[in-house]
Amino acid sequence: MSKQNLKQPSKADTGRNATIFAALGDETRLQLLLKLGTGAPQSIKQLTMNLPVTRQAVTKHLRVLESAKFVTQESHGRERLFVARLAAIEEAQAVLRTIAAQWEDALVRLKRFVEE
Amino acid sequence: MNKSSTDRIEKQIEVNANVTRVWRAITDYREFGQWFRVELEGPFIVGEVARGQITYPGYEHVTMEVIVEAIEPEHRFAFWWRPYAIDPKVDYSSEPRTLVEFTLEETFSGTLVRVIESGFDGIPAHRRDEAFRMNDGGWAAQVQNIKNHVEAKP
Repeated sequence: MSKQNLKQPSKADTGRNATIFAALGDETRLQLLLKLGTGAPQSIKQLTMNLPVTRQAVTKHLRVLESAKFVTQESHGRERLFVARLAAIEEAQAVLRTIAAQWEDALVRLKRFVEE
Repeated sequence: MNKSSTDRIEKQIEVNANVTRVWRAITDYREFGQWFRVELEGPFIVGEVARGQITYPGYEHVTMEVIVEAIEPEHRFAFWWRPYAIDPKVDYSSEPRTLVEFTLEETFSGTLVRVIESGFDGIPAHRRDEAFRMNDGGWAAQVQNIKNHVEAKP
């Protein structure tokens, strides 16, 4: 196996991956994402409904989701509405596929090792 | 493996060696280091940290650090780590850890080795259940919902 064939993750990648999963690592943020996943673009007011947190907290969590690119803002007249982004979810899935492939390789090495 | 979930990875392989042999290969730190490609400094002890330099080409700058969660002889070996913490200049201490679990099962011709890495979403499963109790399909289905929705409205 030559070194050139190995895809070396860049610094940007790893920072980004940590951001993605850290963004998903909160109950309120997951709930916000679920709400956005089931309907049209929503305002902070709409998103705060039925959640046991304040509007300020929702704003803060939306900011985290936005910086991880899970949501984006749209302006509808004077109102700012939030929308879920498919690309970030696909990105999270791609990271998991990479890690899964690494486990597959590791298990093949384990097999060879014990069968020797 | 549930491909639409962003929380866990499951892989398995059947090996032609008995459970005792495979158990040693995954829990003896020197043997683990040989196939996993890491130079561990000491043995795996429950509740303690095991660390060492990765020897896999291209990742030699990475220090692997795990906290051993469980060693149940010839059955289950589990540890916590940070799977994407590979940049030495970045402080990952606030990032969630994932749980890696190896389980062994005797088969007709050898051993079935299963590895599950879970917790990518960073919240314990019981809390997630709480969060999604209103949604029968759970997280996987919801991700699909988000996808469908966003795809329908690019």
